[in-house]
Amino acid sequence: MNEFIPSFSLQEHIIAPWTQGFSTNIQIALMGFFVAAACGLVGNYLMMRRMALVGDAISHSVLPGIVIAFLMTKSRGTVPMFTGALIAGVVTTILIELIHKKSRVKQDAAIGIAFTSLFALGVILVSLYASKVDLDQECVLYGDISYIPLGELIKLTDNISTPVPVARMGVVAGLTLLLIVLFYKQLLVSSFDPGLARSLGINATFVHYALMCWLSITVVSAFESVGAVLVVAMLILPGATAFLLSHRLPVIHGLTLLVAALSSVSGIHLATWLNCSMAGAMVVMASVLFTLAWLFSPMDGLVSRWFRQRRVHEEPVDGLADGVK
Amino acid sequence: MNNHHPPSIIHYLRYTLIAVVLLCCTLDCNAAKIGEIAETSIGEQAMRFFTFKDPAVRYALLGSMLLGITCGVMGSFIVVRKLALVGDALSHAVLPGVALGFLWNTTKDPVAIFIGATLAGLLGTAVVGAIKHTTKLKEDAALGLVLAAFFSVGICLVTMIQKLPTGNKSGVDKFLFGQAAALGVDDVKLMAVVTVLTLLVIGLFYKQFLVTSFDAGFARVTGVPVQVIHYGLMLMLAFAVVIALQAVGVVLVSAMLITPAAAAYLLTDRMHRMLILAAVFGMTAGAAGAFMSFLGPNLPTGPFMVLGASTVFGAAFLFGPQHGIIMRWWRRRSRSQRIQRENTLKSIYHVLEAREFKGEGVSAKELAERRRETLEEIIAQLRELKRHALATLQDEDHTAYLTPEGWQRACAIVRNHRLWELYLTHAAQVSADHVHEDAEKIEHVLGEDVVRELEKRLNYATHDPHGKLIPGQADIQRGSKPPEHSGDAVGYGKRP
Repeated sequence: MNEFIPSFSLQEHIIAPWTQGFSTNIQIALMGFFVAAACGLVGNYLMMRRMALVGDAISHSVLPGIVIAFLMTKSRGTVPMFTGALIAGVVTTILIELIHKKSRVKQDAAIGIAFTSLFALGVILVSLYASKVDLDQECVLYGDISYIPLGELIKLTDNISTPVPVARMGVVAGLTLLLIVLFYKQLLVSSFDPGLARSLGINATFVHYALMCWLSITVVSAFESVGAVLVVAMLILPGATAFLLSHRLPVIHGLTLLVAALSSVSGIHLATWLNCSMAGAMVVMASVLFTLAWLFSPMDGLVSRWFRQRRVHEEPVDGLADGVK
Repeated sequence: MNNHHPPSIIHYLRYTLIAVVLLCCTLDCNAAKIGEIAETSIGEQAMRFFTFKDPAVRYALLGSMLLGITCGVMGSFIVVRKLALVGDALSHAVLPGVALGFLWNTTKDPVAIFIGATLAGLLGTAVVGAIKHTTKLKEDAALGLVLAAFFSVGICLVTMIQKLPTGNKSGVDKFLFGQAAALGVDDVKLMAVVTVLTLLVIGLFYKQFLVTSFDAGFARVTGVPVQVIHYGLMLMLAFAVVIALQAVGVVLVSAMLITPAAAAYLLTDRMHRMLILAAVFGMTAGAAGAFMSFLGPNLPTGPFMVLGASTVFGAAFLFGPQHGIIMRWWRRRSRSQRIQRENTLKSIYHVLEAREFKGEGVSAKELAERRRETLEEIIAQLRELKRHALATLQDEDHTAYLTPEGWQRACAIVRNHRLWELYLTHAAQVSADHVHEDAEKIEHVLGEDVVRELEKRLNYATHDPHGKLIPGQADIQRGSKPPEHSGDAVGYGKRP
């Protein structure tokens, strides 16, 4: 077991990542933050619409889209990748609707059928053309965030350059924030009250499809760094943590960003310590943050609830007792 | 309709059990496991598969079929209970258990992995319940949370194992997408035990599982321990997921639970038939996946099985005799064509009636005027009547003569229409000018029994609310040509 879990040293695992491998680790931290932030913000709306598992579905089913785009254009460019993912995302949404509306299969089963089929197709394509698409089965699942800094660089200013995926993810995260600010009302109203949205002239179906498209874009740009399954984690975990800490949407968005940053940085430390998958470690840290919020949230955390309940039990309720008499 | 008892599930299970036992007998326990042979052609591999001489092939095939049965049966319950995505969360949540089971003595000991994975799966379902009950997060978010959190812990553990000195050849990474060829004799034995156990438990407590799945309130009233049954189901679901892991992989196990069961759900309305169909579909998909992944080196088994299951689902979705969309479309089309024909016949009757049944032929022009449609449309409709032997056509299809069959049908449809109008005005006090629209719809669906009853209730009335004669049984059954003049149209009043 000693061999399995290395002993922890403050110097080596907390300070060294920022003194020795700074330029690498800052890129990874940025990437992790951008992924978690973009996914978390989109995920907030998915959760409000009770569509968290549609996010799960789409994050799996973009895979065949990406692979087919690779195979057709033979490039890893942004445009073919986004196009493939968009098409795959829309196809998934339509497939789910089709199965659910045209047969008696319920929506949850329809989601399960649609995304597993597409994901299976994607994995088969990856294993058949592994050498051509520059992806492997493990990367599909949990990504390669630690290799991100080794990729092709793009120059931002004269002396700062950053890997292409980081720049791309940054742009996507920024755009996500911008879109949310611009269409705040539309998203909010159509998420909570489709009837009201219709009466205000907001096309709820359009908002739905637009959200699905943006979800596909976010998922695909996060894909190569965190893989299909961990994208789901990024979609749900930061938002769920924030939901437990606040009731107000702007605050929730802010907290989502905070959780994203914290889990990204602490994930790097955890992965350096345990020598494990970096994306996996980031999600583990996000899960830890969620657990903390679940236990200690001042509003409805388990501990504060327990205290409140105990107080109720200890204080005799005189008025009530009299009333019963 | 349901007065016959469904054949006991045990009856069906007996055959399944016999099949499972027979399959297990083919296991050759002394044979060594054969490693992956990469450099052979697809044809040779296919041959190797179908001769079944290779024990690795037998294990792979048998294991895949066993897991297909178990997943199909357990999946049926989660599909009808609308818990499909619980299967998804559960299947991801077992990964840390698999890794810890592996770490127990750093070998791929099936029993240790089985125990670890089952515990992790159950813990996962318990956490989903806890999140749902103690926070304001909804079920979908809770499922996603558990799925993601457990899976990420699993991924960290798996990547740590792979960096161990012994970890590289551990094959623990095969648990992600599955590799049926990696199944050993111990794995298959475990799968057989779990399958037999699952079928036995389902057989013994079938009634309880059934009633809690469809009507939990009723089950509680009749004293069935609903919670116990629910947890029992979750435990067996975890078993099903865990034995499927090695061949299908963590990521796609949920598909083996959901897809065959959903396909079966589209084909039957009876639970016991659904269970059997789902088991057969699962078995078929499992065997197909094992075969496909055998054809090339490094091909994962799980995705092929899932595609096999999806193909079955697609076929059921399209061609299912009751709920398939092609059959439904076909039924809708033939119904609307029949209605169209009946409307044409009715118009012919109206034209004949308007000239007091003088002359037999009805020209397309007359019909076109009455129906306010173009001549071409009317001629197309008349040809349709001819195709169904309801009319003969002359003058280059411009004049129609009803056959005896056509006359009967025309009379019947007009009778239905007028009887219904009369019924609405008499029995439901609807005013006479409001009944036409309704009768237009119902005339096509009234059956003979209902018509008899209507006639009786309306005291064999002769005229509809608009004063027109209702064709009577005599007109319809005359079975000959339309009458020459109105006196022959007897109506009910002149019944012999």
